[in-house]
Amino acid sequence: MINDTQNNLVIEKRKLPPGDFAIWIFIMAELLVFAILFATYAFTRAGDVELFNASQLSLNQNFALINTLTLITSSYFVVRAVAAMREDKAKNCFNWLIAAIFMGLIFLVVKSIEYNHHYSEGINMRTNQFFMFYFALTFFHFMHVVMGMVILGANAVKTRAGNYTSENHTGLETGASYWHMVDMVWLILFPLIYVMR
Amino acid sequence: MTYQSQSVAKPYFIAAIGLFIGQILFGVILGLQYVVGDFMFPEIPFNVARMVHTNLLIVWLLFGFMGSAYYLIPEESETELWSPALALLMFWIFLVAGAATILGYLLVPYATLAEITMNDLLPTMGREFLEQPTVTKIGIVIVALAFLLNIGMTLLKGRKTAVSLVMFIGLVGLAVFFLFSFYNPENLVKDKYYWWFVVHLWVEGVWELIMGAILAFVLIKTTGVDREVIEKWLYVIIAMALISGLIGTGHHFYWIGTPEYWQWWGSIFSAMEPIPFFMMTIFAFNMVNRRRRNHPNQAAVLWALGTSVMAFLGAGVWGFLHTLAPVNYYTHGTQITAAHGHMAFYGAYVMIVLTMISYAMPLLRGRTQANSNKSQVVEMWSFWLMTVSMVFITLFLTGAGVLQTYMQRYTETPMSFMEVQDKIAIFYWLREGAGVVFLIGLLLYVSSFFIGQDEPEATVPE
Repeated sequence: MINDTQNNLVIEKRKLPPGDFAIWIFIMAELLVFAILFATYAFTRAGDVELFNASQLSLNQNFALINTLTLITSSYFVVRAVAAMREDKAKNCFNWLIAAIFMGLIFLVVKSIEYNHHYSEGINMRTNQFFMFYFALTFFHFMHVVMGMVILGANAVKTRAGNYTSENHTGLETGASYWHMVDMVWLILFPLIYVMR
Repeated sequence: MTYQSQSVAKPYFIAAIGLFIGQILFGVILGLQYVVGDFMFPEIPFNVARMVHTNLLIVWLLFGFMGSAYYLIPEESETELWSPALALLMFWIFLVAGAATILGYLLVPYATLAEITMNDLLPTMGREFLEQPTVTKIGIVIVALAFLLNIGMTLLKGRKTAVSLVMFIGLVGLAVFFLFSFYNPENLVKDKYYWWFVVHLWVEGVWELIMGAILAFVLIKTTGVDREVIEKWLYVIIAMALISGLIGTGHHFYWIGTPEYWQWWGSIFSAMEPIPFFMMTIFAFNMVNRRRRNHPNQAAVLWALGTSVMAFLGAGVWGFLHTLAPVNYYTHGTQITAAHGHMAFYGAYVMIVLTMISYAMPLLRGRTQANSNKSQVVEMWSFWLMTVSMVFITLFLTGAGVLQTYMQRYTETPMSFMEVQDKIAIFYWLREGAGVVFLIGLLLYVSSFFIGQDEPEATVPE
């Protein structure tokens, strides 16, 4: 009897997937969209590998690497935020969330510098097929980072207001799940567009 | 009915149904003109009948949306409407302006109508679906502003729920995107480009929010499922609808002189547009399965489930059929478009308005929960007659469209447009037959408002 109850408690605590179920439907739909975009990119590239490789050279891999590290770090901060909340340390959780949002901001700034660089060189969506994909894919992801920051911001506000407890912080896990998705998509986008030749 | 002021919805619903009958009558005339070209000529030429058919549809749906909002917003906000008098005044202005416009189409040549209404001062006429004289368009904007003010003030003073917020955002979007109908550039590419900002961003953008909100409202009322659960679904659905629908506008920009990348983005994002509709189907059936009680208004539940399925088929599946650029290259502007248009408008927007009317009208007419059994049985018969005949209209038009695409565009030896029209005439006859059945279904629907009114309310089925 006691064992059963304990098992139930363990199951309760490690509820999978974490966060609200609805966000997972949303995440799956988003991943489907990105998967189709990536597949379309791959097929189009196969049709004109030389053009894609040549155009790729004009991208700044260092900027992209900085952004990759930035997003991974921010995901780590979000993990720490959720972990802090599991121990009822709302203040710590709030600080980690702010740090994560700040990393998101760095990502946006770096990406904007990159865009500005392209535009000053006269490169845009109509330059060629590679840049059409490059701008569309990265900008679509850019908007997801903005959206993720808004969600994390809402989580931070609620954390500060004391709306979460170690027992009940589904909203926080929901926001964290979305942010990890945004991070993960970049981890595919980065090698696909910047590195793979 | 919880709040007295909700009763302003009633004239809106009655006008909507009245105009719906007009729309279908013209539809039947129009369908016959496809095969008997000079039917009713010169009194009602094809182009006029078509204009009346499509314009009446839009106007009655707007009446339906406004009526729905006037019913839904006070109940969700738990407060009386800000100004019922303003709502009634706007009703009469909109009705008179709408009727005058339709009469204008029918009684004088279109060019004369443009002259009388001084179109040359601010030319906006002459574009498909936006044929209304400029004064009518200005009237629509005034009605919309007064309507939004009324709804907005009601929202502000009352409880704010996700349902009413989504509904309001949808209605604001509807008004904002309509403003593009005043932009009428010389450049034909730009003209078409912004024309779609009204047409596409209405039906594949903000109207989906209105649909989602009404569906959520009726499901909350009829199933008793927790508001939190329903609102969560609503958020996910509208997020998907906006992501896919906004960039999905690109599927109209394939061949009008816009940059080539639209073929990619239009194809990819509009291919996602069925997702929110599919979610709506899952959502509606899920909520009804998880119901906490059986609502005596079974007709309303049937409409709610029906709209979720038919919207997915008509808007989602039939839209996907011809949305990819390589396919659309051949199918553009054929009867496949007409097939999609018919089922999508019926499944998504006609049926969602009828869902709301089915739920609200008994309450507006003094019932406590639902109509009598007898009345509901007639209403459900009309549901099946209209829905099944619409499925057949769609299938026949699809058949016509596939043949048309092949004979006129795909084959090695393409035929001329008119030759092909002769060859596919049989499909038009069949479609006309299905159209007549639809009209019978509609008349049955109207009769359900008069049948069994003296009988007691239906009780909860065990």
